[in-house]
Amino acid sequence: MATEPMIRTEADRDPGFSAWFTDLVGEEKLRECIHCGVCSGSCPLSSHMDFGPRKLMYLAREGFAGDVLGSNTIWLCTSCYACTVACPQQIPVTEVMYALKRKAIESGRAPRRHPVVVMARRFSRMVRKRGRLSEAYLIAGLAAQSGVHRYLGLAPVGIKSVRTGRFSLKREKIERHRELTALLDTVERHRAEVEAS
Amino acid sequence: MSTYSYYPGCSLKGTGKPYEESLLAVFEALQVEMAELGDWNCCGATAYMAVDELQAVALASRILALAENAGGDLIAPCNACWLVLTKTAGRLEGDADLRRVVCSGLASTCTVGNGDGPSPLGYEGKVAVRHPLDVLVNDIGLEAFAEKVTEPLEGLRVAPYYGCQIVRPLSPFDDQHNPVTMDRLLEAAGCDVIADYPFKTRCCGASQMMTMPNVGIDLVSMLLEDAAARGADVIAVACPLCQFNLEAYQGKVARRVHLEEKIPILYFTQLLGLALGIPAKALGLHRSFIKVEPVLARRSVHE
Repeated sequence: MATEPMIRTEADRDPGFSAWFTDLVGEEKLRECIHCGVCSGSCPLSSHMDFGPRKLMYLAREGFAGDVLGSNTIWLCTSCYACTVACPQQIPVTEVMYALKRKAIESGRAPRRHPVVVMARRFSRMVRKRGRLSEAYLIAGLAAQSGVHRYLGLAPVGIKSVRTGRFSLKREKIERHRELTALLDTVERHRAEVEAS
Repeated sequence: MSTYSYYPGCSLKGTGKPYEESLLAVFEALQVEMAELGDWNCCGATAYMAVDELQAVALASRILALAENAGGDLIAPCNACWLVLTKTAGRLEGDADLRRVVCSGLASTCTVGNGDGPSPLGYEGKVAVRHPLDVLVNDIGLEAFAEKVTEPLEGLRVAPYYGCQIVRPLSPFDDQHNPVTMDRLLEAAGCDVIADYPFKTRCCGASQMMTMPNVGIDLVSMLLEDAAARGADVIAVACPLCQFNLEAYQGKVARRVHLEEKIPILYFTQLLGLALGIPAKALGLHRSFIKVEPVLARRSVHE
């Protein structure tokens, strides 16, 4: 975790981001955060994060969009919900993390080659098109895009998985994959219409 | 109509194959009928939700609609699938606007059935999503299970590991902080359960093992080191991602923390199956990277 003091000025703030953030899970709900830090204390990943969820909530509320959306904090969240069930203010921290991940991707601020971002994108593309995930192809794609060197160490595990019949090399696809893609397109169109009106 | 419909999810057809094999074998031995859902799709796990919320909900709702059409409660053995489906059902129930959008999308694009020509896929919100732990304890019952145990796993010291998503944020069938359904089932199977294993519900790192391996190794090291210190012969799990993370990287873990020897990581259904006298192969034990047979032999339980 970073221990250097962060110096920020008024110019770094984005009031629009702050307004969007505080209304994320109900009007002004995120202003109820009392910064007790139980989220960071309960988070099993916080020691690996640029800063923990408490500081993330604080920076986001004050409108420091760049720090929040460019941090590794949101991408290290595994959705274990430890923070969510511990929060004394009943803030669904994990859902907030999901919303920040989506915002980071939409706004183009998510680090493009960060393996978690690559994984989320490839996963959703594969499922959208084929209806199912093929684990072997997801990992191969992940290695190709975010750096093969990172995955060489996993080769023995891959070989063992193939040997024990646990790593299927079949490319999965559901029968009615076109219907599924059409469903996803339809809800997407609906959202675009709502946003436009 | 069978009593339950079954949603395997992607992992149970791949890395989690032994979970599927052992679950089906145990249910068959207990004479519980369960039919795999036809043409099911991926639940989206945690990755889809990070990219697109509305699409993620629509994706999971197709599964719920297929299950409703098939009839019976829907069994989802993977923790991540179980939570996605349970959460989606809850959201559709609580949000009429969302339900309208998703249901009209389903009816206009998706179909079900072949016989008399496919018909539009409807969803009324009547399907209950269940985890096998819930079904085994609350529908089948501990006593009914214990009656069928022929090969109790006496002397086998087991750390029960539940993972995150079946107890958080929702915990409809077990205690959130100290879940016990798996403990009770393993006790009924004759195991010596480490009831005070403190990391029962601590995160295994999930997909971070693939994306940020150093982070993943850190998390599983803690889980394995503590189980080893408490004398665990085996760790029992209920999720394919937990199983893989705990089993596959123990060589690397042993370079960070003290592990006397590698610990086999078994699905709880594999242990229940052994106690029911089901042959090891039918339970997918031959697919383990870390073999359980030496541990069983040492504890003088059956081969």
